[in-house]
Amino acid sequence: MNHFFARHLYLVDFTVASLGRRRGRNLGLFAVYVLLVFVLASVSLMTHGLRREAQAILESSPEIVVQRMIAGRNDPVPTGAVAAITGIRGVRAVQGRLWGYYYDAGMRANYTLMVPPDRPVESGAVVIGGGIARLRQLDTGDIVHFMAPDGRIVRFTVSGTLDSASELVSADLVLMNEGDFRAFFGFPADRFTDVVASVRNPREVGTVASKIALALPEARVVTRADMLRTYEALFDWRGGMVAVVLSGAVLAFVILAWDKAAGLSADERREIGVLKAIGWETSDVIAVKFWEGALVSLLAFLAGYVLAYGHVFYFSGALFEPALKGWAILYPRFRLVPEINGQQVATIFFFTVVPYTLATIFPIWRAATIDPDTVMR
Amino acid sequence: MLFHPTIMALLLWSAAAVAGVAVAAAYGWTILMEWNPASGSARQLVLERRTYLVSTLMAVVLWGEVLSLWLFVYNADAMAVMFVGAMCAVGSLNADPYGFPALIAKIALFFLAVVWLQVNRADNQGWDYPLVRVKYALLLILVPAVVLSAGLQYAYFSGLRADVLTSCCSKLFEVDREGVGADMSSLAPMPALVLLYGGLGLTLLLSVWTWRRPVLSAALAPVAAAVFVAVMVSVVSVVSTYVYAQPQHHCPFCLLKPEYGYVGYALYLPLFVGTALAVSSWPVHHFRRAASLAQAAPAMTRSMAWVAAACYVAVAVVCTWIIAASELYYFR
Repeated sequence: MNHFFARHLYLVDFTVASLGRRRGRNLGLFAVYVLLVFVLASVSLMTHGLRREAQAILESSPEIVVQRMIAGRNDPVPTGAVAAITGIRGVRAVQGRLWGYYYDAGMRANYTLMVPPDRPVESGAVVIGGGIARLRQLDTGDIVHFMAPDGRIVRFTVSGTLDSASELVSADLVLMNEGDFRAFFGFPADRFTDVVASVRNPREVGTVASKIALALPEARVVTRADMLRTYEALFDWRGGMVAVVLSGAVLAFVILAWDKAAGLSADERREIGVLKAIGWETSDVIAVKFWEGALVSLLAFLAGYVLAYGHVFYFSGALFEPALKGWAILYPRFRLVPEINGQQVATIFFFTVVPYTLATIFPIWRAATIDPDTVMR
Repeated sequence: MLFHPTIMALLLWSAAAVAGVAVAAAYGWTILMEWNPASGSARQLVLERRTYLVSTLMAVVLWGEVLSLWLFVYNADAMAVMFVGAMCAVGSLNADPYGFPALIAKIALFFLAVVWLQVNRADNQGWDYPLVRVKYALLLILVPAVVLSAGLQYAYFSGLRADVLTSCCSKLFEVDREGVGADMSSLAPMPALVLLYGGLGLTLLLSVWTWRRPVLSAALAPVAAAVFVAVMVSVVSVVSTYVYAQPQHHCPFCLLKPEYGYVGYALYLPLFVGTALAVSSWPVHHFRRAASLAQAAPAMTRSMAWVAAACYVAVAVVCTWIIAASELYYFR
């Protein structure tokens, strides 16, 4: 066992010295390698961070959302549905929600107007999200005008702004009281936008959801797990699409690696010839070349990953933001929570180091089986 | 569900592995047919050089397969959130009929790969390529295994649909149901613990004996294979229940989840490595008959038995720690 480790230690020592002697030759390949890992790792860290963010938000979202459908389109839910759902065994709390979208033609942005269930807002006042405050340069005490669907201009006083910690969900939010909301939109008094329900035992969510669907045949019942699954599939799909786009780059990298490994300089050929002439085995030369690949891979992988980490978590993934985050005028400002996940690292490893290793086997073997007699003559 | 980064990485890898073994098999076949160590012809020299290419290629492919087994299981667990009814890897693997066959093929390939890599290592110790024919004959068995594993994996991933209802581990390993899972779970705690510690004790003893007398590897290999099954049965029937502190929860996959501190990896890694080394110690020792391996083969068998023994001790320690730290008590 000791002999095995000692042999490889000496081989690594030799490889490091040999790499040091030919710094320039490997630099180009190293740079491309780092760039490839950087791009793939950025995409992966970013999709993972966004997925985490979505999960964190959904964790505090209602377990069941009930919407009413007419001719396949959403329609306000009659207030009677609240009582019908409350009667179902296993349901802990039911609440009708009032919310809607408002298009601000001047700013060309969409706001979400909402009646907060747990935060009283005075009549004639609104609480606005950080995105709107920035966009319209508003602060507490300022006056804001919205144009109602019937053409009236309605005046509100900003009574506060929402804190930035929740900006991913609150950037475009306008909170107002129920009376103002109904008057602004002309919303019928016996209707809610949708109804949310919480369930006593989380394992019974599916059963309760199917009971609601039975009791209210015109309703669409969406559970939190459904939403989580959709987000999961969406982010995986986005990440997968970017990876497909980048597969051309991986292929180009493989060709470059093959080419670099195959194009031995006269110096290197002579070196291998001398080593074999003084008693090195073919397997020793292969081992040295493998260590060379492994060291370059390891360094490039680490460098690329660290750069990607900085890019995503300190520079908000500026290069890939439009592709992965989506786009809006009122885009929330948020910073992803740094997290490294073993599966993501292994996936990038399989996309970069493994093709590199496979691409270099044949050239390495060709180099290692050089006849010392031919190269030194 | 092919547009998933990890699935794409696994499929990319398996395609590369199939290409790799196809090249290795093509070269291997010519070596198998034309190998003649007594000849000094240019053709024999070419063949001798090719053995290095095949060995290197196979070593990379097989190490990659070992790594991809881990990624496959990890990914199955991580994907559980996407299927209705799935709680862990069992749900994801159940979401398509090819899920479990793909996993079993990957596990079988892991053991075959370790045996081949060890035979290859033994061959490299002899100066006259003593095991070339054996190695390449074995390679011809490995090729269909790699292709089958890649095919099943592709069938599984391409058949996955996010809208299917799947059943979770509590269904598969429910005591009252029929099937292998239920049979494994239905073993009572006491016999299961006797099976676990008896099996581990026996293999440990045999490993130590093999370390002293390598010829005993002929007994160690079949016993280790049987004990692997016994330990898996015990993990399903009793060890897992200690981890979850629930006598009805028997899942061997939930052990891999972060909420249980990834304890499954600490348990399965030494179990798989120990079993693979114990099983391959027998063929390696068998090749001491080749003159150039008379010294090296028994030495290798010894070191493999030593590592296997250490792995069995690790499995026993992890199991004991799980039982000691658990809030579940079967015996008072």
